Amino acid sequence: MSALLLLPTVDPAEPLLDAASPLWLTLLKSVAVFGITMTLVPLLVLAERRVSAWMQYRVGPNRVGIGGSLQPMADLVKMLFKEELKPDGVPAFLFTAAPAIAAITALSMMAVVPFGGTLEIAGRSIPLVVADVDIGVLAVLALSSIGVYGITLGGWASNSKYSLLGGLRSSAQMISYELTLGIALLSVLVAASGPEFGSFKLSELIARQAESGIWNCFKLPLGFVLFTIAAFAETNRLPFDLPEAEPELVGGYHTEYSSMRFGLFFLGEYAAMVAGSAVIVCLFLGGWHFPYLTKEVAVGWGGALTQVAVFLAKVLAFLFFFIHVRWTLPRLRYDQLMNFGWKWMLPLSLLNLLFAGIGAALGWF
Amino acid sequence: MLSETTAFLLFSAIALVGAVNVVTRRNPVHAALWLVGAFLGVAGLFLTLGAGLLGAIQVMVYAGAIMVLFLFVILLLNLDTTPFEGLSIARGASLLATAATVALIAFPFARARELRAAAVPDEPELPATAGNIASILFHQYALPFEVVSLLLLIAMVGAIHLARRPRRDEPT
Repeated sequence: MSALLLLPTVDPAEPLLDAASPLWLTLLKSVAVFGITMTLVPLLVLAERRVSAWMQYRVGPNRVGIGGSLQPMADLVKMLFKEELKPDGVPAFLFTAAPAIAAITALSMMAVVPFGGTLEIAGRSIPLVVADVDIGVLAVLALSSIGVYGITLGGWASNSKYSLLGGLRSSAQMISYELTLGIALLSVLVAASGPEFGSFKLSELIARQAESGIWNCFKLPLGFVLFTIAAFAETNRLPFDLPEAEPELVGGYHTEYSSMRFGLFFLGEYAAMVAGSAVIVCLFLGGWHFPYLTKEVAVGWGGALTQVAVFLAKVLAFLFFFIHVRWTLPRLRYDQLMNFGWKWMLPLSLLNLLFAGIGAALGWF
Repeated sequence: MLSETTAFLLFSAIALVGAVNVVTRRNPVHAALWLVGAFLGVAGLFLTLGAGLLGAIQVMVYAGAIMVLFLFVILLLNLDTTPFEGLSIARGASLLATAATVALIAFPFARARELRAAAVPDEPELPATAGNIASILFHQYALPFEVVSLLLLIAMVGAIHLARRPRRDEPT
């Protein structure tokens, strides 16, 4: 048997898109997911500002709208009307493309996240996910590794030493923590694999958790903690926001960015937080599953909407955790960040993988 | 509707344009970025073939990890744009060698119809799913796989040894 055998037999005339999911349905789901994400981002920005204010015993922005609820709108309008400054001698295309890469990759991750189970309606079974691809969670990792370019290039294209240092730091940080992220993910895949082959699909990983009723965070507590810490580092959030450490690097990679170009970086960061939380919820917190909300109970529109509500509630709770951590912990020093990543996180994630492997072999999970 | 052929042509074009630009750009950062583009094009080709796992790995490992490291090194070294130095004997020779290599590769492709007929296997083809790749890789080719990982480990240890600053009391 040779590698050639792996080529599938395909009819050249056959369209790539699945016939079971027509184009209009995919478009509809894309719009819905995009809409949900783009609604969550301003909510998150508002929550960040108000929650931080509460935590620091301040009032926070409370002037625009009721209780400051329209503050993100005001911020957006401000960004749209600001002048687009471009420093002298920057490569125009890359300078503009960098924030777009950061935003697009973060938003695209939501495409493989299942918001619920399957909606059985009008003789059609509609999975509540835009693209339930075979590679599933690998697509998230691939997109996040492309997302690094947004920040690195933004730093380089700005033609400024602060930006360049911020960009370099972020690429070093993301590469270091991507390893832990990947190995922690691997432990979930290993634990979820049965006697026959497991799956990369997030929907199936959730289905397994729903069947057993025990979420992965209880099966692999260490993996859960490691994955969460690595996700914080991947999204450049405190305590890992070295790329934009104000005291030493001004704004880091987005020092030279203003108006909507900066807005896209901002959007990318918060969309990455939403996507990161969604993936963590799917992998470790049971996705749309909740005790007594089994496949038999959740039928029709009501069931599907309940599942989506449960899923979104979990995502929001986790996003609150993101914000809470940001305003609780101080920033790490750069050598602490690297030592922690390589000398603690990586060995621990390997240990966790070993545990998952032994557990899967002995049938603990 | 996006057909197999259109997708193939699209991704091949991306890969080829990227590859040509890698060797023609004078700015090393631009060359590295075009290489990322070429890798993404190849990943697209894998997806067109129904090999999603290979496509994802192509993006994660090559377009993601390896090229970010390349870019990292280029940015750290702060390489300048290389000026065009005109044609020399060495350049002429390398052009000839390139032409010969292209011809050597193109020749079998020109007779691809015959090659294809010879390469069709007797056994039924397996779809390129992660499960099938894993069972072939970790059963049939388990030993070569382990040997390759050992080789990579040796290369890594060697690189670290070469880059390490010698201790003061250590004879160089």
